[in-house]
Amino acid sequence: MKRFIGFVKKEFYHIFRDKRSLFILFGMPIAQIMLFGFAITNEINNVDIAILDHSKDATTTEIINKISASKYFSIKQMVNSEADIASVFKKGQVKAVLTFEKEFSKNLIKDHKATVQIITDATDPNTANTISNYVNAILQKYQKELNKDLTITYQIVPKTRMVYNPELKGVYMFVPGVMTIILMLVSAMMTSISITREKELGTMEILLVSPIKPLQVIIGKVFPYIFLSVINAVVIVMLSIFIFNMPVQGSFILLGFESVLFIISALALGILISTISATQQTAMMISLMGLMLPVILLSGFIFPISSMPMPLQVISNIIPAKWFIIIVKGIMLKGVGLQIIWKETLILLGMTVFFIALSVKKYKIRLE
Amino acid sequence: MEKNNKVIQVEGLTKLFGDFAAVNAITFDVEKGEIFGFLGANGAGKTTAMKMLIGISNPTSGKAKVAGFDVFTQAEDIKKNIGYMSQKFALYDDLTVRENITFFGGIYGLSRKRIKEKSTVLINELGLEKVANTLVGALPLGWKQKLSFSVSLLHDPKIVFLDEPTGGVDPITRRQFWEMIYKAANQGITVFVTTHYMDEAEYCDRVSIMVNGKIEALDTPKKLKEQFNAKNMNDVFLKLARG
Amino acid sequence: MGISVNHISKSYKNVKALQDISFDVKPSELFGLIGPDGAGKTTLFRVLTTLLIANEGTATVAGFDVVTDYKKIRSNVGYMPGKFSLYQDLTVEENLHFFATIFGTTIEENYDLIKDIYVQIEPFKNRRAGKLSGGMKQKLALCCALIHKPKVLFLDEPTTGVDPVSRKEFWEMLKRLQQKDITILVSTPYMDEAALCDRIALIQEGQILEIDTPEAIVKHYPKQIYNVRANNMYQLIKSLNDYEYNHSVYPFGEFIHYTDKRKDFNPDQLLVFLKSNQLSNIEITETVATIEDTFMELAK
Repeated sequence: MKRFIGFVKKEFYHIFRDKRSLFILFGMPIAQIMLFGFAITNEINNVDIAILDHSKDATTTEIINKISASKYFSIKQMVNSEADIASVFKKGQVKAVLTFEKEFSKNLIKDHKATVQIITDATDPNTANTISNYVNAILQKYQKELNKDLTITYQIVPKTRMVYNPELKGVYMFVPGVMTIILMLVSAMMTSISITREKELGTMEILLVSPIKPLQVIIGKVFPYIFLSVINAVVIVMLSIFIFNMPVQGSFILLGFESVLFIISALALGILISTISATQQTAMMISLMGLMLPVILLSGFIFPISSMPMPLQVISNIIPAKWFIIIVKGIMLKGVGLQIIWKETLILLGMTVFFIALSVKKYKIRLE
Repeated sequence: MEKNNKVIQVEGLTKLFGDFAAVNAITFDVEKGEIFGFLGANGAGKTTAMKMLIGISNPTSGKAKVAGFDVFTQAEDIKKNIGYMSQKFALYDDLTVRENITFFGGIYGLSRKRIKEKSTVLINELGLEKVANTLVGALPLGWKQKLSFSVSLLHDPKIVFLDEPTGGVDPITRRQFWEMIYKAANQGITVFVTTHYMDEAEYCDRVSIMVNGKIEALDTPKKLKEQFNAKNMNDVFLKLARG
Repeated sequence: MGISVNHISKSYKNVKALQDISFDVKPSELFGLIGPDGAGKTTLFRVLTTLLIANEGTATVAGFDVVTDYKKIRSNVGYMPGKFSLYQDLTVEENLHFFATIFGTTIEENYDLIKDIYVQIEPFKNRRAGKLSGGMKQKLALCCALIHKPKVLFLDEPTTGVDPVSRKEFWEMLKRLQQKDITILVSTPYMDEAALCDRIALIQEGQILEIDTPEAIVKHYPKQIYNVRANNMYQLIKSLNDYEYNHSVYPFGEFIHYTDKRKDFNPDQLLVFLKSNQLSNIEITETVATIEDTFMELAK
């Protein structure tokens, strides 16, 4: 045990004394999150919208005035029928259409509830989402004013419908994806590099000719990165919650547990890579080409798996990142628990055990 | 043999890194056709001094002329007139013997015809006919070093700089290597050898020994051994370094 | 105890790195493996330190078989590979502390063994190993290899690339370690270091040329060697090579080492020959053989 602690201590010295690896460890996650975050959620300004008002009563007029008074929207035109909506979108004249249902005021007074439909052009999903958020905000503000002096609460229900890209990929999706990439990168690449560095320096020879056991070396190498990767995961989740207002619907504990599982599988992959590469350069190349590209391209992070050709869909199944992204999306966005994602978790667990077993078996106790 | 033609003239050459004088006002001359040993421990400043002489590092102060050109203003001319061989970098392992010769000949601006002629002569002289189309990486270390020395002479330089040329090779190959050096010197090429292997120093016509940026001794190996009452150059060095 | 090597052979693909190597190193002997780069020294070290498995033959180190008892060997030997193999980004003290921990010991426990060496680098104990001079690095590496009080110490070319002063100090340290009942196997390409060992094995191209004490090896040299010099080294070598009776002609510093085929060789005849070749200031004197002469004679 003393040996193990001594080894881990040494690993931390390496990490904290190498500015490059420190940057990859902590600069990268923050930079990536910021990059994705700000590239995706932009402020909107004077977005052209159209309005279809079926009731044309006092309340709708008031709401329309509020919207047109805000700096975010300018009302380009009034539409007369549902049929016109499609043509307005197709001409690209507006980014969104608001539809007030018939008898809006009456419904609000009678049922305490009236509905506004927000239809957005989601070919640009980020803008679409931002628009609906802003409209919601205006409606909510109006609703508050309306309810201020009354005992009964009136409710204006916005119904958002996105056309052309109903799933709205992108906006909150980038967090699970970025988290996956970063954990993969940090865990697999950094461990494989740190093991091959010992080979290159010749220190691996000395370690081999010493009583320290292979398993101690492997766990000693991996342990600091589990720790650092968990910190990374926390940083990423914190950033997305506090800077981008990303909701985390599900359990943090479950998210933590799944992350650790994924980290360990990535670390085992890193060890595997180090057993087949002799230099840091090779290890880096294999990590980037063999792990990063599949994670980015085949995990469903950027390109939906369902729209891939069949062979690629099959291949995507052996990529741990695919399962992790499904799990994280489930927990963060849908708030599901283990009862829903147990299958994915089990697959990830199986892969992890397999990789660990393989890397322990592959780890050489001699030089060749 | 007449030797009054100074091909390297150095006067008060100094290189400062901040306050630290890596090379501290060294002065010496090297004559045409001389084998000059430039010795010193690691960190004594010999590499820094050599870099200034081959025109890849600017001196802080002092004067130096190499092959008749000034190191401050004519570095490019110097590079055309010298050859360089180092144990660390010599030839491309993944090119064949012939490809290496052709490549380096091309770098020094030799015509195609000249390269062809030279290659044939060189390969015959070294007895490499059978391996002319073999990758250099597959050759024994000694052969590589001999080839690499020949390649550094391809463009008929006035001076050839050798950086620890024979470390680690077997004793017989090493002697063949020195025979090549003697031959080059006999043809009037000046050979400037930097090394910290003292037994390499024994082969030189004259040697200088650098300690902490200064030249502390400069003479023939024979006279230095007499002066320090030492039986070999290793002892001379030990006596100098230990004060 | 000590080391015993029996008919060890090792090949990589189509290169025979070691061919039927056999020798014994007695307990607390300082044994030198002398040969140029590529002779197979490192491969032999790796076989003995359990890093490689030989194709043929057996070997024991400190009484343990290198294949079956590899674990025991790993805790009982100290190994200093040819390349400086410590953590450059760790300080002197951290390196030493790390290796002590790995071997399940502490610096204090075996301090008396490394004390002589460690005091020399102690003033720099908070400096990163990568920033040390060549001589210092080598001393630190030796301390790390000794920290667990090994029975057998393997030093693979410890003095390559190290200046003469540090080399001398290093050999003095080895002599002192020998007094502490440590068996030492050291390799070097420098023939002049051979004389400092108790016994040496000359090795070339994977084969042992001879094993004996340095004195005996030199004595076995079959011929009288002459130091020859003249005004022009290149012409002298050419002339000697043309001389029909030459047995060997080797440049040796400021001289040529010359041996003759004839038993009743008279240097005056050579003098006449050289003069007829337009050489002047000719000197021919008797000299004694060195290890290097023997090596070349055997490798011829």
